[in-house]
Amino acid sequence: MLAKVYVTPKKAILDPQGKAIAHSLHALDYPEVSEVRMGKYLEVRLAGLSKQHAEQRVEEMCRRLLANLIIEDFRFEIVEE
Amino acid sequence: MKWGVVTFPGSNDDRDSLYCLERVLGQEAVPLWHKDRDLHGVEAIVLPGGFSYGDYLRCGAVARFSPVMSSVVAFARAGGPVLGMCNGFQILCESGLLPGALVRNRSLAFICEWVSVRVETTRTRFTARYAAGECLSLPIKHGEGCYVADEATLTALRDNDQIVFRYVNRAGEALDAANPNGAVQNIAGVTNANGNVVGLMPHPEHAVEALLGGEDGRRLFTSVFA
Repeated sequence: MLAKVYVTPKKAILDPQGKAIAHSLHALDYPEVSEVRMGKYLEVRLAGLSKQHAEQRVEEMCRRLLANLIIEDFRFEIVEE
Repeated sequence: MKWGVVTFPGSNDDRDSLYCLERVLGQEAVPLWHKDRDLHGVEAIVLPGGFSYGDYLRCGAVARFSPVMSSVVAFARAGGPVLGMCNGFQILCESGLLPGALVRNRSLAFICEWVSVRVETTRTRFTARYAAGECLSLPIKHGEGCYVADEATLTALRDNDQIVFRYVNRAGEALDAANPNGAVQNIAGVTNANGNVVGLMPHPEHAVEALLGGEDGRRLFTSVFA
């Protein structure tokens, strides 16, 4: 089983990396880009759990370590491999 | 007084902190290894600067769960003085001992320079020997020093007198032009409600000898002796 975890900066937090990337895209002639937010993507491989239990555990992992809820939001999906 | 300086894999100001405490200030200071839960009877703890665990995931996020930190957290909750400088500040925020978080500098650049900071409160264990409003010259060297906190936290920090240092210009004004990293309200350092835990991005341990540029950092340490 694989948990795909997405961690992104909260809307209220300045994201200078996303801003710099958006500027570069504008310079490459993509004027349609209105905003870029840069986050992280993590793949967490899990063994020996039911899907329901895995969801509980991954939620906990996100809250305790993978995301800092002061500055980041997270979401995840769990897929069978 | 017996001090402990924690070394995480990737710490790089631990030796400087030990030098500052032992050679410059004449204190007893022992290194504390990140895997060691035993604090060896120290009376004050320093979390030094550096790049603990390579800054993987987020600065301080992994260090927070190292064995020594469970003892440091218990020590701090019991009122023991704990000072976090730079990466140490990031670790204190990640561990929940201090409010807020530190994110990438708004310039995206690593900054290494001397800055002016204003002492906002003298009620902490580490600022008792300063005067409120006093301006200090201290070095900074960081890529992730932009302090952030939500409105409710900022209000609580103000109401409880928990803002310890602000970046200021030569005239002592906390203007945006004097803000090196984009920190909210120019905040350079904060304390917990009890005033026994202090974190700051500048490096007072690098400002304890005139030969190396100044001595304004000394009293952060000598304040604890009192």
